[in-house]
Amino acid sequence: MSEFANDPGRSFYRTENIPQSSPPVSTIGVLGWMRANLFSSPFNTALTLVTLYLLYSVVPPLFQWAFIDSLLVGESNKDCRGIAGACWVLVPKRFGQYIYGFYPEPERWRVNLTFILFFLNLLPVLSDRVPGRTFAALFLVFGFPVVAFVLLHGAFGLESVPTNKWGGLTLTLVFASVAILFSLPIGILLALGRRSEMPVIRTICVAFIELWRAVPLITVLFMASFVLPLFTPEGVNANELLRALIGFTMFSSAYMAEVVRGGLQALPKGQTEAAQALGLNYWKSMQLIILPQALKIVIPGIVNTFIALFKDTALVSIIGLFDLLLVARSAVTDPKWLGLEHESYIFAAVIYFIFCFGMSRYSLWLERKLDTGHRT
Amino acid sequence: MAVDSQASGGRQGAASWWYDPKFRSIAFQVAFVLALVGLGVYLVHNTLINLEKRNIKTGFDFLFNPAGFEIPLTLIPYSVEAGSTHGAVFIVGLLNTFLISAMGIVLATILGFILGVLRLSNNWLVSRLVGVYIETVRNVPLLLQFLFWHFAVFQSLPLVRQAIPIFDTVFIHNRGLTIPKPLPQPGFLVVVISVFIAIAAIVYLKKWARRRQDATGEQFPVFWVSLGVLIAVPLLASAATGFPLTWEYAHLGRFRFTGGLGIQIELFSALAALTVYTSSFIAEIVRAGILAVSKGQQEASYSLGVRPAPTLRLVIIPQALRVIVPPLVSQYLNLTKNSSLGIAIGYPDLFNVFGGISLNQSGQAIEIVAMCMVVYLTFSLLISLYMNWYNRRISLVER
Repeated sequence: MSEFANDPGRSFYRTENIPQSSPPVSTIGVLGWMRANLFSSPFNTALTLVTLYLLYSVVPPLFQWAFIDSLLVGESNKDCRGIAGACWVLVPKRFGQYIYGFYPEPERWRVNLTFILFFLNLLPVLSDRVPGRTFAALFLVFGFPVVAFVLLHGAFGLESVPTNKWGGLTLTLVFASVAILFSLPIGILLALGRRSEMPVIRTICVAFIELWRAVPLITVLFMASFVLPLFTPEGVNANELLRALIGFTMFSSAYMAEVVRGGLQALPKGQTEAAQALGLNYWKSMQLIILPQALKIVIPGIVNTFIALFKDTALVSIIGLFDLLLVARSAVTDPKWLGLEHESYIFAAVIYFIFCFGMSRYSLWLERKLDTGHRT
Repeated sequence: MAVDSQASGGRQGAASWWYDPKFRSIAFQVAFVLALVGLGVYLVHNTLINLEKRNIKTGFDFLFNPAGFEIPLTLIPYSVEAGSTHGAVFIVGLLNTFLISAMGIVLATILGFILGVLRLSNNWLVSRLVGVYIETVRNVPLLLQFLFWHFAVFQSLPLVRQAIPIFDTVFIHNRGLTIPKPLPQPGFLVVVISVFIAIAAIVYLKKWARRRQDATGEQFPVFWVSLGVLIAVPLLASAATGFPLTWEYAHLGRFRFTGGLGIQIELFSALAALTVYTSSFIAEIVRAGILAVSKGQQEASYSLGVRPAPTLRLVIIPQALRVIVPPLVSQYLNLTKNSSLGIAIGYPDLFNVFGGISLNQSGQAIEIVAMCMVVYLTFSLLISLYMNWYNRRISLVER
């Protein structure tokens, strides 16, 4: 009885705190989380149950199909008889073609070396934990293309490999990297032109951007492959890969220009005026004041454009360039692999997904890192 | 500082026109235009030489030459026997592009809104699952999805001989869908007209109900009455004219169907790919739009005594739409442009039949690619005109 004071004339009151009791079981731990997130209302409960049933009826059979009942090693689609699941046999057999296309086998180390060098060069640009960002970025733009060309195409004693032998993931990556490398500077110039105070420049830039953005990429690629040869003087026969690259770069630089313009418009006018007040000329003020801020704002947009661009490279398969998608497509027209469409396309889709998803995660990470909290 | 003002002034006077921003800007623009014109002349010159060398005649005469190929899906009369021209091919392709775009836009919008709302659900499982789905679909090239739907999904449906019947009227097989063919009898026109009359009546009804509510504050059940009118008027009209629409059912012969209306499988493949791909983008747009409306709006509406359904309809959605519509319309435009990927699976859209087959037959690369580009350019300009109008209409009127 010590916890109540027996003070005559007053009702009893507590003098000590009772020990804290734990919250109800239904609001903590796994149970509480489930109650809050899965079964908070009858409707939610129904939704959860339906979803669980869907997952149950799709995921285990899919897993069984892809991994358990599947066959990985074999000679042709004849081995797939009696296999209930996926028949991946063409993937290891044709792996070289998925990655390198028709690049001659003894020379494939050059492709590998190019991509290792590319990655090593990219590392300091992507992350600030590795030193030498400025040098790496400059080398990436001005030095690396030469190195890559020498390695991939061949010069200085390396055996020449014509571009029509390039293919598979190699071609896709080369195409995407070159387009990204060129479309960003062209896009910045176009965006500056669109914001210029010179009416003629502005009109031309607007017309250029809107024209490319209005038409589907496939018409651009067709133009590059059918109409562009008519524009070049006699005797000059631009390489098919190069023609497609020109069209593709023009197309993506128009999209890049619109993204960069978004960043330029987001900057307050005071920044330009302050730069002018300091006596900086146009290019200096752009280079030192405006573009660093504007580009930082739109980095997510730029990376999104890169992702779209990477996905769009798949379209070159329509004009007959032997990229990853065309490899996947032509593999199953081979009588040896007939009927393996699911496997071939899924394998290609997984490769595309890895690259695109990786880029989108990188952009999210960068967005968080660069968020200086100026904007709410 | 001892400066010879006379000399320095003279030097400035001589050089100042060169440093004059106005002069510089004009000079730069003139130089740019000259360079551009020079490049254009050079290209045209090359082109003329090349065309002459290859014996290609420029001009649009080829549009009136007969096109010697069949198109599997035509919305207007078209046949090789009747000598349909490349001009007709252009129209057929254009209409097919319209068809797939319109269907894709409707379906992608519906699916996208459902996915966007589910993504925001407070049900962890559902929102995560939808998130995974959206990420997967967004990160795989659309062309690959076209091929997957066509060659891996729809082509593995049963053969025509083993078509799956649904109530013996609709048949599903790997060449498409066979449905009963509507055969309008005389008097069907009356029914069509009655539908338009019903729509006109509904528009008037809505206006009248609005006026009445403004005047008296009484609400009128517009939705239910409209639904009734929309069903009853055409029904009465067709009863009055003796149900002037009969159906021709398809019968499965030994190898193919006789009668009925066949819908190509390519339409479904293209539609599935476009819908799934675009809806994943629309879902993210819808999510962003709903998140952009602050929670206080809903709370304020509840505190005024407005019930949840009208709150959604009158407070949340109008504000969310302001954020949703501009990117949504640009997705519609993307879908229209992406429908040109039908060329990969053989859907006879504008770019496939006109930019592909007609180009190969006539060799008029410049004219045909230019015409295709102009069509898409027109779409895009119309859409941006609409967008500007819409933005002006809904933009916040600030102080």
